[in-house]
Amino acid sequence: MGLIENAERPNFILTTIDTLLRWGRSHSLWWCNAGSACCSLEFAAMGGARYDMDRIGSGLVRASPRQSDVLLIPGPITKKMAPIFVRVYNQMPDPKWVIAMGSCAISGGAFRESYSMTRGADTVLPVDVYVPGCPVRPEALFYGLLKLRARVRGTSNIGLAHREPIYVPPDLPPEWEAEVREFLGEHEAC
Amino acid sequence: MDTYANLAALVLAGLVGLAFVFALYGAVKLLAPSRPYALKNATYECGHDPLGEAWVPYRLQYYAFAIIFLIFDIETAFFYPIVLVWRQIGTLALVETLIFVAVLLVGLLYAWKRGVLKWD
Repeated sequence: MGLIENAERPNFILTTIDTLLRWGRSHSLWWCNAGSACCSLEFAAMGGARYDMDRIGSGLVRASPRQSDVLLIPGPITKKMAPIFVRVYNQMPDPKWVIAMGSCAISGGAFRESYSMTRGADTVLPVDVYVPGCPVRPEALFYGLLKLRARVRGTSNIGLAHREPIYVPPDLPPEWEAEVREFLGEHEAC
Repeated sequence: MDTYANLAALVLAGLVGLAFVFALYGAVKLLAPSRPYALKNATYECGHDPLGEAWVPYRLQYYAFAIIFLIFDIETAFFYPIVLVWRQIGTLALVETLIFVAVLLVGLLYAWKRGVLKWD
């Protein structure tokens, strides 16, 4: 049903429940496992004993987008992979968030001039938090995760259901627009 | 009197438990956002369209091999405790072990004669 998400406008009861839900969600953000490059090893280090993301409830890295809240982009997205990332993002249940980790995911980094790379994850996905570094240290990613938690707590979900359900990158470069559409196209009607 | 009190406690605990379950499921039904669409419900295979069937046929002969493997597996598992008490039991242990092996061997010989061990 989604009492909060389907609401037309906020009232006292809805906002109170929404605050409670956001508080709960921010303490149980689960990751979608999508290690695209070397930053994912720093992400793995964050799961270890020294940094231990389990202690803030974010220790679960799910193998299925259906059980995850956060899509971590730990590296450059090639033009081949871009439609796949868009598809995985669209298979995640609302509400969902994206973290761009490292220079490559922010702007293309060292591969910016490459013929096969996108210029950053935000050309294909709506990124919430950017974590700079090459590679990102686990502390930095942890800080980024804390920032995301603050965002999750601070952003209302009321009326979310009125958003377009399937995300299509708004400014697709023409040369790989066809590929993204192919990955989404046959499923677009629901 | 005491029996009734116990019964009442049991019924009360059951009712509270039932109410708890219904309250939780009701809250989920009310609050959980649900927006299914075809792409979201599509089979997840790392972002690609699934290739082939989920049901992969295996050769039936693996079944016979697994059964025959069990013969040797159980044999080894039962030998270890016998070895532990070997000194106390003595010759009887050897005889019993050999009988045990002989029984299992009959099964293996039967499978052999039926041609299960041949792959083709």
